[in-house]
Amino acid sequence: MPKRDKPLVLLEEFRVKNAPEDYGMADKKWNFKKFVKGFSIDIKRMENSEMEFDLIGIQPAFANAFRRLMLSEVPSMAIEKVMIKNNTSIIQDEVLAHRLGLIPLKADPRLFEYRPEDATEGTEFDTLEFTLKVKCTANTAQSKDSYRTEDLYINHSVYSSQIKWHPIGNQASVYKEADVGSVHDNILISKMRPGHELDLHLVAVKGIGKDHAKFSPVATASYRLLPEIKLTREVSGSQATLLQSCFSPGVIGLGPDGKAFVRDARYDTCSRNVYRYDEIKDAVILSRVRDHFIFNVESVGAMSPNIIFVEAVKILKDKCKSLLDELNKF
Amino acid sequence: MGEIAPEWDKGHREPVKTLEDKWKLVPSFLQVKGLVKQHIDSFNYFINVEIKKIVQANEKVFCDSDPLFYVKYLNAYVGTPDLEEGFNVTKPTTPHECRLRDMTYSAPITVDIEYIRGNQRVIKNKQLIGRMPLMLRSSNCVLTNKSDKELAHLNECPHDPGGYFIIRGQEKVILIQEQLSRNRMIVDEFKGAIQCQVTSSTHEKKTRTIVILKNSKYVLRHNALSDDIPITVAFKAMGICSDQEIMQLVGTDDATVKKMAPCIVDCHNLKIFTQNQALAYVGSKLKVKRFPTANSKSRTPIDEARDLLATTILAHVTVENFNFYVKAIYLAIMVKRVIEAETNKAAIDDPDYYGNKRLELAGSLLALMFEDLFKRFNWELKSIADKIIPKVKAAPFDVVKHMRPDLIANGLFTAISSGNWTIKRFKMERHGVTQVLSRLSYISALGMMTRVNSQFEKTRKVSGPRSLQPSQWGMLCPSDTPEGEACGLVKNLALMTHITTECSEIPISRLACNAGVEDVRLLGGEEINHPAVYMVFLNGNILGVSRQYKKLIRVFRMFRRRGLISAFVSIYPNHNQRTVYICSDGGRLCRPYIIVEKGHPLVQQHHINELNRGIRKFQDFLNDGLIEYLDVNEENDSHIATVESEIDPYVTTHLEIEPFTILGVCAGLVPYPHHNQSPRNTYQCAMGKQAMGTIGYNQKNRIDTLMYNLVYPQCPMVKTRTIELTNFDKLPAGQNATVAVMSYSGYDIEDALILNKASIDRGYGRCLVYKSAKTTMKRYSNQTSDRILGPSRDVATGKVIRAHEILDTDGIASPGEMVENRQVLINKQMPPATINPVTQGQPQQVEYKDVPITYKGPVESYVEKVMVSSNSEDAFLIKILLRQTRIPEIGDKFSSRHGQKGVTGLIVQQEDMPFNDRGICPDMIMNPHGFPSRMTVGKTIELLAGKAGLMEGKFHYGTAFGGSKVLDVCKELEKHGYNYHGKDIFYSGLTGEPLEAYIYSGPVYYQKLKHMVQDKMHARARGPRAVLTRQPTEGRSRDGGLRLGEMERDCLIGYGASMLLMERLMLASDAFSADICGTCGRLAARAWCHACRSSAAVSTVEMPYACKLLFQELASMNIVPKLTLKKYC
Repeated sequence: MPKRDKPLVLLEEFRVKNAPEDYGMADKKWNFKKFVKGFSIDIKRMENSEMEFDLIGIQPAFANAFRRLMLSEVPSMAIEKVMIKNNTSIIQDEVLAHRLGLIPLKADPRLFEYRPEDATEGTEFDTLEFTLKVKCTANTAQSKDSYRTEDLYINHSVYSSQIKWHPIGNQASVYKEADVGSVHDNILISKMRPGHELDLHLVAVKGIGKDHAKFSPVATASYRLLPEIKLTREVSGSQATLLQSCFSPGVIGLGPDGKAFVRDARYDTCSRNVYRYDEIKDAVILSRVRDHFIFNVESVGAMSPNIIFVEAVKILKDKCKSLLDELNKF
Repeated sequence: MGEIAPEWDKGHREPVKTLEDKWKLVPSFLQVKGLVKQHIDSFNYFINVEIKKIVQANEKVFCDSDPLFYVKYLNAYVGTPDLEEGFNVTKPTTPHECRLRDMTYSAPITVDIEYIRGNQRVIKNKQLIGRMPLMLRSSNCVLTNKSDKELAHLNECPHDPGGYFIIRGQEKVILIQEQLSRNRMIVDEFKGAIQCQVTSSTHEKKTRTIVILKNSKYVLRHNALSDDIPITVAFKAMGICSDQEIMQLVGTDDATVKKMAPCIVDCHNLKIFTQNQALAYVGSKLKVKRFPTANSKSRTPIDEARDLLATTILAHVTVENFNFYVKAIYLAIMVKRVIEAETNKAAIDDPDYYGNKRLELAGSLLALMFEDLFKRFNWELKSIADKIIPKVKAAPFDVVKHMRPDLIANGLFTAISSGNWTIKRFKMERHGVTQVLSRLSYISALGMMTRVNSQFEKTRKVSGPRSLQPSQWGMLCPSDTPEGEACGLVKNLALMTHITTECSEIPISRLACNAGVEDVRLLGGEEINHPAVYMVFLNGNILGVSRQYKKLIRVFRMFRRRGLISAFVSIYPNHNQRTVYICSDGGRLCRPYIIVEKGHPLVQQHHINELNRGIRKFQDFLNDGLIEYLDVNEENDSHIATVESEIDPYVTTHLEIEPFTILGVCAGLVPYPHHNQSPRNTYQCAMGKQAMGTIGYNQKNRIDTLMYNLVYPQCPMVKTRTIELTNFDKLPAGQNATVAVMSYSGYDIEDALILNKASIDRGYGRCLVYKSAKTTMKRYSNQTSDRILGPSRDVATGKVIRAHEILDTDGIASPGEMVENRQVLINKQMPPATINPVTQGQPQQVEYKDVPITYKGPVESYVEKVMVSSNSEDAFLIKILLRQTRIPEIGDKFSSRHGQKGVTGLIVQQEDMPFNDRGICPDMIMNPHGFPSRMTVGKTIELLAGKAGLMEGKFHYGTAFGGSKVLDVCKELEKHGYNYHGKDIFYSGLTGEPLEAYIYSGPVYYQKLKHMVQDKMHARARGPRAVLTRQPTEGRSRDGGLRLGEMERDCLIGYGASMLLMERLMLASDAFSADICGTCGRLAARAWCHACRSSAAVSTVEMPYACKLLFQELASMNIVPKLTLKKYC
C-alpha cells in the first residue's frame, strides 16, 4: 500500500484535537477516483459471530452510516406476538412475552418479508410460528434424600430449547427446524414449581432494530479509529519500562539496548495514562488516524457478521437510490 | 514540635494495632438484636412481664352492694395468635392470612381469677378478658424462631423485619415516640426566670412540679395549687419547721443564705411557724374541686394538703407514713439547682440534650393503653355487680358471664388502627401515634421501623429541637430526616442503637448500699451538703449519699461488665451537681462500645478470629466484659476513640466498633456518603423510600392496594456494609445503569436524563404496578344481602355488553383478562336500604341496585388474581389484584443514590447514542452541570468504583468512612487498560467523529422512583362541573379543570388583557345569563320580577354563576344585594 498522508486526531491530555491544518474531511472535495484509490477494506479477524475489519480511507459519515444501519436497519426475525393460553408460573404475562421477544432466532431474515401492517394473519412468507408448552411436576421417581431442585422437580426451568417450531404452509419443506429456532439452547426463560404451566403460541416476524432492539441483528456494531503513537525522543531504562506499562501489552516494545519503540499501536486502548507521568509525558504524541476505522461487528446469530455488513451497504445503496429517484422526478 | 512528638511517642507507648475485620461485630450484633429489635423487645417485655404487673396492680375488684364480693386476678397471659371462627371456636392463624382476609393478628388475653359466686369462693383459670394485637416476630408470634423454609410455608418473607401489627388487614407501626425523661429535674429559663421543673410520673399520676424564682423569692408551683407557695412554707408543710434546718438542707454558704433570706422573711410575715400552719396555708391554696365527693367533704383542708404533698406534688418521691424528709431534701435540691443556675448559666440544662430524652416504644404505649382499658373493664364489672347483686335471682351472680372480651380487644384495635392514643387517667390525648407501614420498597418499610417521632409541634418554627444535637452521635442518624415542616423532629435510629427496657431497681439499690451509699434519711442537711459527698440518684429518686463516688462508679461498672447486673444499667457522675446518677429505666438510647483499658482495646485479634470461625457470638463479648453498652449520659462521661490510632492510654476508655454505624438504615445505602455534601445524603434518605424494587420474597402473594415492583432489580455494583447488613442486596430497588456524564441534545437541562431506547427495549427501568380492588358482600338485618350477577347481555344482539366483557359467569373478572376504563370488575348489586320486615316464606321481589366495582384509568390493566374469602364479620370478601407493566417514558423520575433526581428528558435510539472504543453505548446520559453545585463527589467515586468492579468481576465497597480507596480503584482501571481517571474517548453517534472531550462514564446505581407521568398527566378542554357553583371540578381524579390562579390573574390584570380575563374567569368557567330587574336591581325569575310584579325593566346580564349564587345566599340571610343597570354601549 502506498504511504498515505494520514489525517490525524491528536489525543491531548485533556481533549481530543484535530491535527493542525486539518480542517476535517468534510472540507475536502469529494473525488471518486481518489477515493477508490485510497479506499481499502481489510478483514483482520473473522469468527462465527464476530468480525473485525478495517475500513481505510473513508469519510466518517460513511463509516458511521454503516454502523448505524447495522444497529437499526438491517432486519432480523424475532418473536413479536405471544398468545398466552395458559400461564400459571410466577412470571407475569407481559414480562414473559418480553423475555421471549429478546431470544435471538436463527431464521434468516433475507428469506422473509415484512408482515404488512394491516395483516391479521401471518403467511408462510412473513411469519414463523412456535409453541412453548411446559408443565412442571414433582419428580416422584427421585429418592427423597436430595434437595436439589433438579432432582425434586421435572421442568423446573424453562429453556429456549423447549420452544417448538410449527411450520405453516410449505415452510416445513423449505426450512429445517435447526435453521429457524433459537440461536442458543440454554437461555433461561422462566423458573417453575409443580403446578405451574406454560402454554404459549409464539409468532415471530421480521423487523428492524429501530422499532425494537430485539430486531437488531447485532449484539453491537461499532468502530474505533486506529491509534497511532509517536515517540518524540529516545526513552530508555526505567522510563522505558514505565512507558511500556502505560500502554496495552504489546504496544511498546523494548529494544535490546533498553530503548523503547512503538511495536504495534493498533491494539492500544488509548487510556492516555502516560500523561500521568511528567517525566515521559513529553516523549509521546498520541493520535488516531481519522479515516482508518476498525470495525467490530458482533452478530446475534442469525446472520454472519460479514453478511450483516453487506446488508447494511445494500440498505444504504437502496436509500441513495430512492433519494435519487425522488430527486430525478422533478 | 511536630517532628519531635513521634519520637517521644515511640519511647513511651507502642502504637495500638488495628483490629482487622472489627466490623464483623456489627452483623454479629444485628444477628442478636436485629434491625427492629427495639420494638420487639419492648413488646415482649410488655406481654410477658408488664401485663402481669398491671393486672397485679389492679388485682382486686370490689362491689358496693356486697362487701363480701370480690374478684381477684391471680395471673394474666397472652396466648398465641388465633382467629375466632364462630362462637368459642378458634383456629390458629398466620400473619399473611390476616393480611389477605382483612383480619386482626391477635392473641387472646386470659387471666386466672378468684371470685365469689353466691357465697362460694371460686377459682377459674384461663378466663378470656380481651384480645391483644400481636407484633410480628414477637415472642408469641408464629414467625419467631422459624427457619427460612418454614417462613416460606407461612407465606412470609425471611427478610421481613417484623415489629408491626396487622389490624383489620392493615399493617400498622407504632412509631417510636420521643419525649423528655420523667422524674428528672430540669433547670431551664422560662420567660426570663430560672426554674427547676420535674415531671413526676407514677402508675397513677402524672404531675409537674416547678420551683421558680418569683420576685426574688423561691416559690413552689403546681397544677393542683391555685397559687404559688413560698418555698419555706412548703418546707414547713413537709415538717422541716426550723429555718436553720431549711437552710442546712438548701445550703449554708453566704450566697445561698443571701438568696434564701427573702423567702424566710416572707414566711415570717405570713406567720407560719408550724407544720400545721403551713399545711393550712397550702390547704387554702388548693384548687377547688368541681365535684366534691362524699369522702372529700368530711376532710379538712389540712388533711387535703397533707395528702396532696404526699401523693401529688413530686409524686415519684414516695412518702411513707407522712415522713416527708426525703421529699424535703428533693425539694431542697431543686432550690439549690435554681440558685446555682442564677449565677452560673452553664448549669441550665439543655432540653434538647439527648440524655434528657426517653423513647417510648410500642410496648410502653400499649401498656398505658391496656392499663386504661383494664381499669375501665374492672369498673364496668363493678358497676354490673353493683346493679345485679342486690336483685334476688335464681342463680347466684356469676361475674365470669359478664366479662366481655371485646372491650379490651376493640379498645386496643381501634387505638392502633386510628393512631389516637387517649389515656383517660393521664388526660393524655395523642394523635398519629401509629402509621400504616409503607411498603413502597423494602427500605421504606425498614426505615419506618426505625423512625422516631418527636412530640413537638410541627408548625412551630423553632430551631432548637430541630437541629442536630452532638449527643445524638451514634444514636440517631445525622442524615435521615425529612425536609420541610417535620425537619429535625422526625428522626431515625442509627444502625447499632438499642433502646433499653425497664429493669428492676431493687438489686441496684441494694448493690449501691453495699458499695457505700448511705441512706439520706439518717443524715442531716449539713452532712448531705458536705462538699466531699456526692448524692446518688436512682432513676431520678434520691438513693443516698456517697463519700467515695469513684469507687461506687467503679464497682457498678465492674458488676455490669461481669454480667451481675443488667448490661443496660448506666452510671455516671455530674461533677457540677456533685451527684452520681444511676439509670435502669426504659427508653434510654444506648449502643455498644469496645472497652479500652490501659490504652489497649480488650477485644483482641484472636477474639475476632473466633468470631469469624463462629465460636464466638456477640453475647459472648458482652459476657466476657469486652464490650459494653453505654447510654447517652454515660457516653458523655467516657472518652471514646473512633479508631485504634486515636487511643490515648491515659484517657481513652472505649473504642468505637465501626464508625459507619452512626448512620441509619436509609443513609447506609449511600455509597461514599462521607464525600457528599450533607444535604444530598438527606435527600437520598427521603428518595430511597420512594424507589421501586422488591418488597419482600412474598410480594407475589400479597394483595396490597398499591405496590410497585421492578421487573429486573439488581444489586448495586458499589455496595456498602450496611447494604449487606440490611439485606438490601437481596431485596434491591434499582438497576446499575451505564452513565455517561456529558451533554446531549439540550433535552438534558435541569437534571433531565437521556435514556437509551435499546436499554429500555431490553428491560431497563421496566416496572410493575399492582393495584387492588375489593368489596365485601354484606348481609343486612332485613334478611337481604348483597349479590353478584353474571354478565348482562345486550337484548338485541345477545352479546355480552362491553362493560361486562371480562366478567366470568360468576360475575367476577377472571384472571389474565385485560381491563379497560369503566369496565366492571365485580358486578355487585345491593338491596334497597328500606327497612322491610320479612314477609312470610315467599322470596321478596326487591329491586336491587347496581353497585359495580369498576376499573378507572386511562391505561388498561390485567387481572393478576382474584381472591374470594370471608372477613371477620363473616361476610364474603373479594379482592382483585390488577397489574400494569410500565416502560420508562419521557417524564418518569429516576434518581441515583446521591440525592440527584431527574426526569427522563429524551429517549434516544441506540445508534444516536455516543459509543466508546469498546462499542459500549451508555444506558443513560447525565448532564455534568448536575455536579458543581451539588458537590456529590460520592457519585463520581461510585461510578469509578463500579467501573473497576465490572472489570475485576467483584463488588466494590463504598461504606461510609471507609470503603475502597479511589487510588486503588483507579489503579484497577489502569490495569484493565482504562484511563486512570475513568474518562474515555467517545464517538458521536450522529456524526461518527470522536468527541472533543473525554467522557467520564461507568455504572451508577439508579433508582426508579414511584412518580411516573402516567399517574400525573392530565389535561381537559371540557368536562364535569361542580353542582353547586357550576365551576369546573378540581383535581385530576375528577377530570378537573386547570386553574388560572390568583397570581396568573394578577399578571393578566397587569397586562391589561381584560377580554382574556373575562373569557378565562367567566366564559370558560361558570358563565350564566341572569335576569335582573332594572327597577329594583334584584334577581328576576324567568324574566319576571317578583318584587315589582312586572317584566318591564328586566334585562339579561351575563355573570358568573357563583356571583348569582352569592346574591341568592345573601338574600336568604336578609341582605339584599341590588344591581344598578346602565346602558352598556
